[in-house]
Amino acid sequence: MSSRVRLWVFLVGAAGFAALFAAACFDLPAFGTVPHPYGVRAVHAALSHHTANVIASVNFDLRAFDTLGEESILFSAVIGTVVLLRQARDEHRKDPEPATVHPPVRRFALLTLPFALLVGLYVIAHGQVSPGGGFQGGVVTATALHLLYIAADYRALERVRPLTLYEIGEAAGEAAYVITGFAAVLAGSAFLTNVLPFGTLATLSSGGTAMVLNAAVGLEVTSGIVVLLARFLDQAVEIEDPGEDDGSPRHTGGGGGNGDDEREPA
Amino acid sequence: MTDVLIVVALLLVAGAATAAVLNRDPVRQALVLSFLGLTLALLFTFLQAPDVALSQLAVGSAVTPLMILLTVRKVRRRPGSGGDGADKPAGRER
Repeated sequence: MSSRVRLWVFLVGAAGFAALFAAACFDLPAFGTVPHPYGVRAVHAALSHHTANVIASVNFDLRAFDTLGEESILFSAVIGTVVLLRQARDEHRKDPEPATVHPPVRRFALLTLPFALLVGLYVIAHGQVSPGGGFQGGVVTATALHLLYIAADYRALERVRPLTLYEIGEAAGEAAYVITGFAAVLAGSAFLTNVLPFGTLATLSSGGTAMVLNAAVGLEVTSGIVVLLARFLDQAVEIEDPGEDDGSPRHTGGGGGNGDDEREPA
Repeated sequence: MTDVLIVVALLLVAGAATAAVLNRDPVRQALVLSFLGLTLALLFTFLQAPDVALSQLAVGSAVTPLMILLTVRKVRRRPGSGGDGADKPAGRER
């Protein structure tokens, strides 16, 4: 296909898209005014299940199956990253050097760390009550932990971050979601039906299974993001390519080190 | 009042997004991307979508730029790629 034909194909496609898009836009309801039929029904369904945060009700109750898919996307993406960024046979691992941190940076990070952690856990716990939930709070919690990397250095972070525990946590979060779904089947309803007692509206224990699923997602996302960032940090800080060497103590990975100890200065 | 805020936020988003495209240095792009995440979070807040705003703030302005910066650091450390040395471990070039 010559470039001229390609251009024409593009122009025809673009013109068609522009016409349809414009036509669709003119049929939209006015900006921020008309109550949407789906919105009205979602609010009604959320309140009937005693879930104050309608978004959480949509995510973990009305469309809980969708959220299982979304959770699995993150789950498999993290697994893919773990496999892809593993230490290859010819790469070696170098102990990260203690880094010097400017005192203001250290103070700021240490001061922010507990607050950020608390905000993250709060957002997870109140997912069914106020804006946020397992996903948002999970990301905040996982990111907050990494303030320690800014406050001190990578070794300090590694010391307080038992990675195996987070890998287990990620799998447990994903499993808890599926198990909650099957528990509803055992109780005589469909997969992921909200079978638990709904509790009192706008309290921490409201929402029935929405609360449980929210917590499961919180666990999965927190652990998943920590594992994800750990792989990136490993690659950026610890793992070195073959031939890259600065003469500091290191561990040879997988027995494939080629032992070139000193590189000639350029 | 809300409309004014929405228009301002939209303009900020458009500006930040254009800046992210026009920047060619990945490190700067990551920083601009972080700012873009912040402006998008503002926009979503003004549009009364706090859930989405929180997601955007956590992922778009923290985790994604962090991952880009770590990737850039890893790539620049590779020997013979002519890295600028700003992020090399100390004592590498003896």
